[in-house]
Amino acid sequence: MGATSNVGVAGHGAGGAGGGAGAPARDESAPPGRDRAPTSAPRPFGALFWTAVAAVGVTYVRALAFTPVEALQGPAQKIFYLHAPAAFTALYLAFALMAISSVLYLWLRDPKLDRVAACSAEVGLAFTTVVLITGPLWAKPVWGTWWSGDARLTATLFLWLIILGYLAMRQAVEDRELRARYSAVLAILAGLLVPFIHLTVYLFRTLHPQPIVLKPSAPSMPAEMAVTFALAFVAFALLFVALLRARYRLALAAEAREEADGSGGPN
Amino acid sequence: MVEARGLTRRFGNRWALAGIDLSLEAGDCLAVFGPNGAGKTTLLRVLAGLLDPTGGSARVGGIALPGGAATRAQVGLISHHTMLYPALTVRENVEFSARLHGLAAPHAAAAEALARLRVLDRADALVRTLSRGLQQRVSIARAFVHAPRIVLLDEPYTGLDATGAAALTTALAELRGAGAALILVTHHLEEGLAIATRLAVMRDGRFVRAEQREGVDPAAYAAEYRELTAVAG
Amino acid sequence: MTPVREMPGTAGAAWTIARKDLMVELRTRVAFLAAAVFAVLAAAIFFYAWDPTAVSALDLAPGVLWVIFTFSGLLALNRSFGAELTDRAIDALLVAPISREAVFLGKALANLIFVLGVLVVTVPAVVLFYNVSMSWSAVAALAGVVVLAAVGLVSVGTLFSAMAVNTRLAELLLPTIALPFLVPVVTSAAQATVLVMGGRPGSGVWEWIKLLTAFDLVFVAACTLAYPFTIER
Repeated sequence: MGATSNVGVAGHGAGGAGGGAGAPARDESAPPGRDRAPTSAPRPFGALFWTAVAAVGVTYVRALAFTPVEALQGPAQKIFYLHAPAAFTALYLAFALMAISSVLYLWLRDPKLDRVAACSAEVGLAFTTVVLITGPLWAKPVWGTWWSGDARLTATLFLWLIILGYLAMRQAVEDRELRARYSAVLAILAGLLVPFIHLTVYLFRTLHPQPIVLKPSAPSMPAEMAVTFALAFVAFALLFVALLRARYRLALAAEAREEADGSGGPN
Repeated sequence: MVEARGLTRRFGNRWALAGIDLSLEAGDCLAVFGPNGAGKTTLLRVLAGLLDPTGGSARVGGIALPGGAATRAQVGLISHHTMLYPALTVRENVEFSARLHGLAAPHAAAAEALARLRVLDRADALVRTLSRGLQQRVSIARAFVHAPRIVLLDEPYTGLDATGAAALTTALAELRGAGAALILVTHHLEEGLAIATRLAVMRDGRFVRAEQREGVDPAAYAAEYRELTAVAG
Repeated sequence: MTPVREMPGTAGAAWTIARKDLMVELRTRVAFLAAAVFAVLAAAIFFYAWDPTAVSALDLAPGVLWVIFTFSGLLALNRSFGAELTDRAIDALLVAPISREAVFLGKALANLIFVLGVLVVTVPAVVLFYNVSMSWSAVAALAGVVVLAAVGLVSVGTLFSAMAVNTRLAELLLPTIALPFLVPVVTSAAQATVLVMGGRPGSGVWEWIKLLTAFDLVFVAACTLAYPFTIER
């Protein structure tokens, strides 16, 4: 999965070609550098990560063994405990964080914010991928088709493509500052695009003849299911935060390594 | 005309300008020498209003940086890139520049600038059909069309033939006579020493040496320059 | 010696830039010919890949039209900022005393005229190939949809083209980042075209036109405001 590639940390320091004029001696006496990587990076996968993994594990034990089977959809419905929280996390945590930290980056120009945006994009890509895989897996037994053009799933597909484009662009820019600015602009526009995608997909379905399909209905959900769902959402949110933090630390370490390679070219 | 105090500019963790002080009067021409990567181009781009300074203060033509469009209106920028459109004629290129600067009579202004650089006879030729030297002269006409008060030159003699170089030198003298201040950035000492009133050597984002041109012996200066800019161990 | 001048406003400067771009295009005609030939070729290929007994012309023509629109549009946009980089003419634009928004709007306006020019070739080609008969009111409605869709394509396309040319992937990056943004534009335009060509406009067309208009308003504003952020300062 593209989610684990080291997107966003490629390239050299600010600037392009040239000789080593950025004298290190000057760097020390310079105003406090906000973008300095710590000398010994903390371990990416800490207690938070294992807690999140445990929470996800507990959720699925409960979902599979201690939650009743849905009458109409049968065991296929169980995939929703994965599908729904992944979709929620991707859109409302990962994508939202990517757009918000991009707005803040253009305002404050703090490299940390750019790193947060890049990392949430990557983690978001992982979660959207889960959504795109589990959606058809569920649809095949229940609707009898892998891809039915369901509005939300189609919108997720476009979201996934936007994130891929965002990450492709990050790969294509060497200069850190330029990459941060371009990425922020793209992420903000992507944030504006999401409502339009949803509107388009919605209009397409309402104005276009569609096969009548069975929709999962939420209201009459028994308490056990509701609790399992709630647990799943919490576990996924936790997993998102843990993965984000791990990715952020890896990015920091990669940047520090890059700087140690000593290619801070001027101009 | 141009004043700077402790002017700095940072790119990421690197200081391209690490504290520049300078003061230029109308009619002055400062030649800035230095090796590649010394920060010369950054200095010009900051003074031109293309880049914001990170710290320090500067006034260009009486307007404090960053002054945006008001700063840029007074500046003429010339570099080794011609900044021309090869598919357009000489006249069209210069008129376009005149229009961007809001000149009331772009046609007349373009003709005057082209005449000054002695390329008026080629006014209707396409830029891409001209030699590199002629293109550079057109580029200079493009930058002079609005009679800038501050002229920033980044290796302007690159690619110029003898006629072009002479035309540029004359045009620069005329601009100085009219009260413009010039900053010429180059790593060719002869060019700078020939027209400058002040000299500076730049390295690692700072002026490591600055003086009046008067009384400087070119040969001795060249020897000292080589020593100053030799790569330290 | 100081010529009469008045700082150009955003609209005036944008028009100056658009006019310059169109002049370059008129002189070379390369990009327009490439895009127009692509459009006709694509229409022909779709025609020969079509089994009229299986799919009716009215079902196919709108899709063909808007697929061609998308890709010929991207072809046109790629050229937009590339021309500014050849001799760094973009530096002259940025150092001129005009707003960055004016630069964006000027480039976008030229692109819009270019894309509409290509559509003037594309639409009749598709209509003729698929033998679509339309009333005059349907033609007018289709023209409206075409203009709205072109504005949407050009707003995001111009901004992304300005960014893409400065990346390692250059032209290859533009479709990757721009295509998701064209989903609402192309879907709306294609769906509206289906209804218009089929002679059953009704309220459905209005829904799509409203969506297109909203997209245009949001993204013309957003891209104009975002462009200055793509420039280093």
